[in-house]
Amino acid sequence: MEIRLAAGAPRDPAPRETQRNLDVERFVRLYRDMLRIRTFEEAALKGLEEKLVLGAIHPSIGQEAVAVGVCGNLMPSDILLSTHRGHGHTIAKGADTLAMMRELFGREGGTCHGKGGSMHIADFKVGMLGANGVVGANIVIAVGAAHAIRLKKGREIVTCIFGDGAINRGPFLEGLNWAGVWRLPVLFVCEDNGFAATTRTHAMTAGGGPATRAESIGIPATTVDGNDLVAVDTTARRLIDEIRAGEGPRFLLCKTYRLTGHTGADAAGYRPAEEVKSAWKNDPIARMKDLLLVAGAGDSTLSAAERSARSEIDAAFETAKASPHPPLSRAFADVQDIGDPQREAF
Amino acid sequence: MPTATYAEASRQAIAEEMRRDPMVWAVGEDLGRGGVFGQYKGLVEEFGPERIADAPISEACIMGAAVGAAMMGTRPIVELRFSDFALCAIDELVNQAAKARFMFGGQGRVPLVVREPIGMWRSSAAQHSQSLEGWYTHIPGLVVIAPATPADNKGLLKSAIRCDDPVVYMEHKNLWSLEGDIPAGDQLVEIGKARTARPGKDLTIVAWSAMLQTSLAAAEALASQGIEAEVLDLRSLWPWDKPAVLASVEKTGRLIIAHEAVRVGGFGAEIAATVAETLHKRLAAPVCRLGAPRAPIAYAPGLEDQVRVTSAMIVAAAEKLHRA
Repeated sequence: MEIRLAAGAPRDPAPRETQRNLDVERFVRLYRDMLRIRTFEEAALKGLEEKLVLGAIHPSIGQEAVAVGVCGNLMPSDILLSTHRGHGHTIAKGADTLAMMRELFGREGGTCHGKGGSMHIADFKVGMLGANGVVGANIVIAVGAAHAIRLKKGREIVTCIFGDGAINRGPFLEGLNWAGVWRLPVLFVCEDNGFAATTRTHAMTAGGGPATRAESIGIPATTVDGNDLVAVDTTARRLIDEIRAGEGPRFLLCKTYRLTGHTGADAAGYRPAEEVKSAWKNDPIARMKDLLLVAGAGDSTLSAAERSARSEIDAAFETAKASPHPPLSRAFADVQDIGDPQREAF
Repeated sequence: MPTATYAEASRQAIAEEMRRDPMVWAVGEDLGRGGVFGQYKGLVEEFGPERIADAPISEACIMGAAVGAAMMGTRPIVELRFSDFALCAIDELVNQAAKARFMFGGQGRVPLVVREPIGMWRSSAAQHSQSLEGWYTHIPGLVVIAPATPADNKGLLKSAIRCDDPVVYMEHKNLWSLEGDIPAGDQLVEIGKARTARPGKDLTIVAWSAMLQTSLAAAEALASQGIEAEVLDLRSLWPWDKPAVLASVEKTGRLIIAHEAVRVGGFGAEIAATVAETLHKRLAAPVCRLGAPRAPIAYAPGLEDQVRVTSAMIVAAAEKLHRA
């Protein structure tokens, strides 16, 4: 079977040019954000084991460079729409990890008061308008958010991240076409981890794949190694600049690999062990660390970043665990203004 | 009092609300040419193509984009042409619009109105004739409105546009040309309030949408036999005016619910059950539901009429209840 992922690819040393010109301070910050995501996901899996996380979670371990490389170029007021595998995107957009952990644990003080859980994490105050439990559903919502920005004569842009599985759903065509017709300020990011749930996407996808489809609608598409933080960051920044300049929507295809199962409960036995082993050699965090060391970031700087990420997430885990459950009245709050949901039952 | 058609009344409502609030806009197929039934005629000239936005034939995107735009603080009016086509956008309405406020813990609202014209319209056949209003009453988070008169189509549409929650707004295609009085000025009709369209003491007929006209014709025929039927126009299905229905049945002791939708699992069942639960001792006769047979709607006029609830059927049902 063809394996056309970055997984098995040998790790290329970064070009000397990249090493020399690397903005070390910025990339240490982004490196730390990747670590915060990785550590958050590991903590979420631990929470699942300890039955603190009760529903399904979809870890993004191995995909951190996409989240950080894209969202690191957004303004706080820019809008983000994410997927069921959205923890990393949400953290990279600036959401508070304690509020997120509380949400996963279904506790008071969660981003959504414990009413959404992992698949509906949202943090409107940092422009994160929601993860989504329905594959591809966020694409059409994103173009509407961009439409609203235009009506309000705003300068923000909308970023919509979805997986490779989403390109086989109708909203992909409808949303991209809409953004193209209206030349809306949307960055579409296809986070291609090779799998649509537990099925290899290429086995279920006719034609040339995500970038070809975007180009066929007239949306310029760029493909990058999604495990290369520098490449994602540089390319995302260029595309975002073009969008801000009013050039219309852009499409970024990031080739990556999901190092864990589809959900926290999926052992992913459908993949050869060798494939996963070689994918770990392409871990975006290890790659960035190598690059930073070569570029002159000291060991102590990187260790400090690691420690700070660890202590933030450890504290979030412990605090979330000790947080109260939401008051039961929340089950009937924010249903709608008119009509009383409780009066109509029991 | 000025008069207008049911279609023109809705056009006036949109124009007035768009003048009042720059965040109100409409999106759907063919709006730049006035909409499929002319209900947007002249609006693009006044408000421009960004606020009267033409859309591709992409129902999921029309609906989904409206959800995104509503969460961003605008107030989209979504035109879905036929309620049958709205089924192409059911994820966007049911999983997204209806739930976003709740599942995001109240961080955002989805103040949109989705117009989904319903009902039989001569020989439109199985995919352009359905009355699916009952479906949406089952979905927490949605408001459901089905106006029967030009005045209500103006006043309720204005209220729907100002509502902070998603509203499924179902006009009846056979009513577009119906003429009626329109109160002058900024007249809102409160969502969730029924209207007594004809007072009576002998039995209650609850209807909505085009079935109101059928019920009024039946009441007229019954009056000539000395049976005084009270006709309630429910107007909103969610929330529905339970106190008004219960008060009327308390008075008359007899109830007919008539709707164009399929009888099985229709909203009439909800009303019947509620009345039975609450007023069973007061009922002088069993509650009667009239609705369509559980069959798709045919094209040929004779076949189409086989699934139609008529005023003669309502009269016959009322006579039976009256004898009970």
